Amino acid sequence: MRLIFGTLFGLAVAAAVGLGLTHYALTHGMAFGGLTIEGWTAWPKSGTTDADPYVRASIARSGRLPTALGDGVSFTVDSDDDGKILDGRCEVVVSGVTPPARFWTVTLYNPDGGLVANSTNRYGFTSQEIVRHSDGSFEIVVAPRANPGNWLPTGGVERYELVLRLYDTAVGVSTKAGREVPMPDVTTRSCP
Amino acid sequence: MIRWLLLILGGVLLGGIVHLATVIILPRTATQDAYARLSPIVPVNTAVSLPAPTPEKAVMPFMDPAFASAVCRYDLSQGPLKLTVPVSPAYTSVSFYTRNDVAYYAINDRAAGRRVIELDLMTTAQHDQVPEDEEITAADRLIVESPTPTGLIAIRAMAPEPGLMKAAQAAIGAARCGTAQPEPAPAPVPPARPRR
Repeated sequence: MRLIFGTLFGLAVAAAVGLGLTHYALTHGMAFGGLTIEGWTAWPKSGTTDADPYVRASIARSGRLPTALGDGVSFTVDSDDDGKILDGRCEVVVSGVTPPARFWTVTLYNPDGGLVANSTNRYGFTSQEIVRHSDGSFEIVVAPRANPGNWLPTGGVERYELVLRLYDTAVGVSTKAGREVPMPDVTTRSCP
Repeated sequence: MIRWLLLILGGVLLGGIVHLATVIILPRTATQDAYARLSPIVPVNTAVSLPAPTPEKAVMPFMDPAFASAVCRYDLSQGPLKLTVPVSPAYTSVSFYTRNDVAYYAINDRAAGRRVIELDLMTTAQHDQVPEDEEITAADRLIVESPTPTGLIAIRAMAPEPGLMKAAQAAIGAARCGTAQPEPAPAPVPPARPRR
């Protein structure tokens, strides 16, 4: 009786630990080979056949198609430069320049990867439609209410993430954080 | 007391194995991965334009709304596949994924270097059957080897401004994807390649 009970207990611990770890790893974006530059994270290897089992499992679970490395690289950010989680009720400024690429896009998603409904049907900006300063830098205001300039509406959602996709770029598996890859700053300007 | 500690330790060790096993097995059992999502709406060996993602409905999560996209779900068991994608004014890319959504190859309009991206997709076995001299005469043709007999091709064209979306969609709509058929009559194996 004690043997059966003990075995069942051991197996229960194994199941809880094993499945719990898997769930945690896949929902928290844990994978090897991540490239983090100023808060923006990309997994360049997720677009190659070198993708590790964690990346593969996370891709299969989410249902997305990863950006292939010959196509581009996508960087994601879900908190500002001070580590504060991006809140759709606040006014967040994304400013600066991007690493060299033929085109880039910035898109706002809810944590499940869906677009966020808003009155202007704007879900992001491309490198061509953005209004820039004379020195080539830009400033995007991510806020629930209309702003002059490059306004990216949040629809007032509680949490969101921004995805910066660089297309036809030299940024890739061998890229290291540094001056060649300047990423835009993400700053929370004000919160209600 | 020691008995329980041992049981917990054993359970944790076994849990580590369970964790690794589930991570490795998950891609093969996922029912909501990109391939499974596309299967009901995309017939085999046909390029199908995907509806633009909206907040209410998107075929897949994390689609870039600045792109018009089409998908070809391929099956190479009947022979190699021929893919033709006219290049849109801004940026066009073609990405290849295995059955388990792993990207193994991608090419964009600039790398292709002409107005139409043309290539042949085949398995390694089919590539081995291509006569070598023919490969030389058709040196301008791009051959891509698929690691799996089935998979996905994502064809995407960028609309850098909303006004250019129509042109991007038109380019994507003209993309062709199908088994390479010889011009006059179907030839026996190895499948003949399309003529120009």
